[in-house]
Amino acid sequence: MAEHDRHGHDTGSVGGGGDPKLQGLTFGQRFKRRMIKNRLAMVAFAVIVLVVGISILAPLLTEYTPEEQNLLRRLDPPSGDHLLGTDQLGRDILTRIAYGGRVSLMIGVLGASGGMVIGVTLGILAGYVGGTFDHLVMRVVDVMMSFPGILLAILIVSVLGPGLNNLIIALIVWMVPTFARISRGNVLSVKEMDYVEAARSLGASSPSIIVRHVLLNILSPIIVYMTLSVATSILTAAGMGFLGLGVQPPIPEWGAMTSVGRQYLRDAPHVIIFPGMTIFATVLSINIVGDVLRDVLDPRMKT
Amino acid sequence: MHEFIIKRLLLAIPTLLAVMTIVFFSMHLAPGDPVDQMIPPDMEGAAREERVEQIRAQYGLDQPLHIQFAAYVGRILRLDFGQSLRHRRSIAGDLRSRIPNTLQLGILALIISVLIGVGFGIVSAIRRDTILDNLTTFGALFGVSMPNFFFGFVLMLLFGLYLGWLPPSGFGGSILGWEGFRYAIMPAVTLGTAASGVLARFTRSSMLDVINEDYIRTARSKGLAERVVIFRHALRNALIPVITLLGIQFGAMLSGSVITEMVFSWPGVGRYLIQGIQTRDFPVVQGTTLIIAIGFVTANFLTDLAYGFIDPRVRYE
Repeated sequence: MAEHDRHGHDTGSVGGGGDPKLQGLTFGQRFKRRMIKNRLAMVAFAVIVLVVGISILAPLLTEYTPEEQNLLRRLDPPSGDHLLGTDQLGRDILTRIAYGGRVSLMIGVLGASGGMVIGVTLGILAGYVGGTFDHLVMRVVDVMMSFPGILLAILIVSVLGPGLNNLIIALIVWMVPTFARISRGNVLSVKEMDYVEAARSLGASSPSIIVRHVLLNILSPIIVYMTLSVATSILTAAGMGFLGLGVQPPIPEWGAMTSVGRQYLRDAPHVIIFPGMTIFATVLSINIVGDVLRDVLDPRMKT
Repeated sequence: MHEFIIKRLLLAIPTLLAVMTIVFFSMHLAPGDPVDQMIPPDMEGAAREERVEQIRAQYGLDQPLHIQFAAYVGRILRLDFGQSLRHRRSIAGDLRSRIPNTLQLGILALIISVLIGVGFGIVSAIRRDTILDNLTTFGALFGVSMPNFFFGFVLMLLFGLYLGWLPPSGFGGSILGWEGFRYAIMPAVTLGTAASGVLARFTRSSMLDVINEDYIRTARSKGLAERVVIFRHALRNALIPVITLLGIQFGAMLSGSVITEMVFSWPGVGRYLIQGIQTRDFPVVQGTTLIIAIGFVTANFLTDLAYGFIDPRVRYE
């Protein structure tokens, strides 16, 4: 039975074997073949490149700034001047989506990678050392996981106050337990492998065994989960932004942009539609590419 | 079975205590003094000091932390969540009127997600690698990738504002009544969509595992109709692990309801929580977080029991 985390992704386990046609190829070659075979994944990959590209090149692509207001042109529908229209303060929505991408993507990557570093470290140590330490870490993880969904992130932000840094802290804390669980579970099975025993009897030190034999062998599920976590992290950050608990105005952020648009839903739905579609397309694309990555890296996890 | 129940119950108690500890101390780590919120801003000098002391004594905030904590646990056990700083109302009372609303929404969403998710999961496992299977896989990805607030607005725009089939937002009483049900449809679909994606994926993989088992081959080879093989032999076994996921999903819905309730102005626990955060009403945030976490732990406990009841192997682990 596949394991599931609270975001609904398969968390899987260390894989092996796989498609015989793909054996003997390097990871890059296998990934490329899969991507080419899978047209949907190609589109998804292109969307990610596009979103990242637009975010990075934002100042070159638009003549507006994200904070620039034009109260004479409030809530304008899409037009030649404003390709995606303007919001309630007459700001260009495309510009805000592009600059907002910098914020939203950064939060997604930082939240997921921070959670990964801390979670994987804890998980590996717990799984490898075992005993009381393992027990302690896993109990803390259990307790953290008894706050369902984004509740833990909400609690943290309600304590620390909203804002960019606190949101990232909240996401990291929220991500840690799942990474810890996955890596611990995988370490437990890798630990019993003959090659670890062999390394130990050859006199390898524990740190060297952990890094060279344990970490490298559990890397696949972690990379896969990390990719999916970036998607979850962007989605959660947007949700927090929507609730007013994320990045504060006037900084453009996709979730907060959607939230502002709710008052104008009837008369100017584009204020909500475009940022919302951006979040959806980005998260969907990352999830699709993550699935391909899983098929390549970890064939046994394929459902 | 009794032993199994007691064992699970004993496992849930320390978790609940730890949750209470986190919630209690988190509010004490918060920057700023909650007492400041309770004093009119124009009150200054000695009068203010005096009022601060008075409130501290009244709420026991002048006691050492461990005594405050013990008192806190004692109050929670008596279901006393204190008073809202802003409205000076009993939080337990406020929660009592909102919990049924959130539960109604959660249960309806769970039913929707099970019907869609399990249904499509089974079909796509049986018709593996057909268009239907691919559509289900993509639909499941759609479900987990869709921000639920955005999905809610799209539904509201389409069915509430343009077509006018359903009331765009608000609450129409119990969902057992027709009017209440109409109000609940869009929020429940919003809430159920993500879960149905997860359930579809999980049901599909569980079903595929089972279909490859020996006893299914046996059932087929003794000439049973395919329908009987699927429904009587495969499905019953495939759904066992799906049940464990329902507990987690129900918890996810409790917290997902925070966003959905904000979108549709649904008077539930989640909206109460966000209103508490917006007004820096700490006792409200504390009480609500605790209630949602307790609801989640309880849902998982009940799922465990159901699992043990259905699958005897679990009881002997």
